Amino acid sequence: MDLLIDRWLHVMAGITWIGLLYYFNFIQVPSMAKIKEDGSATAITKFIAPRALLWFRWAALVTWLTGAYYLEKSGIGLGNAFLLKGTAAYIGLGVWLGTIMLFNVWVLIWPNQKKVLGMVEASDEAKLKAARIALLASRTNTMLSIPMLFFMVAGSTAHMSIMISF
Amino acid sequence: MKNPLDSVMGTIISGLVLTVVLFFFAKNFLG
Repeated sequence: MDLLIDRWLHVMAGITWIGLLYYFNFIQVPSMAKIKEDGSATAITKFIAPRALLWFRWAALVTWLTGAYYLEKSGIGLGNAFLLKGTAAYIGLGVWLGTIMLFNVWVLIWPNQKKVLGMVEASDEAKLKAARIALLASRTNTMLSIPMLFFMVAGSTAHMSIMISF
Repeated sequence: MKNPLDSVMGTIISGLVLTVVLFFFAKNFLG
């Protein structure tokens, strides 16, 4: 029962994380130039982005932790997944991609977004550099999310035989 | 050369290409 609840939480947190990642990349960032022209950028930078980033970074952590718990408790093993051993290889690729993405969220995106949004002191030059790093890390995560989700689905027992027989 | 991650379409196409590459890597070298 705890595995079922854990997997349910994993999927809900994952939807929250990747849903917000797609919101940033497909909607907010491409709209920012026009929003600035309109003079309404403050609504995004002061209210929407900080709240979205709050849910984004904590959902990322919960997704990873519930995933790690599932792998350990289900008998697959987090170590086996990281080492791409046997039947854990497919889900292991998803685990590697998800772990790189979590690193990007907490080490590259969040600290740099704090500078961009004025939550910490930074010069204009530092803000420009931070914006570029945050954008590329966010785009990298969007790119990695595509194979990550494929291997999360492919790694489930029901689809393993399809992967092997393809 | 332009960075594909500078555009949304470039990002999605890069993700799809990476998926295909990893799929064949997994099929031939793992499991």
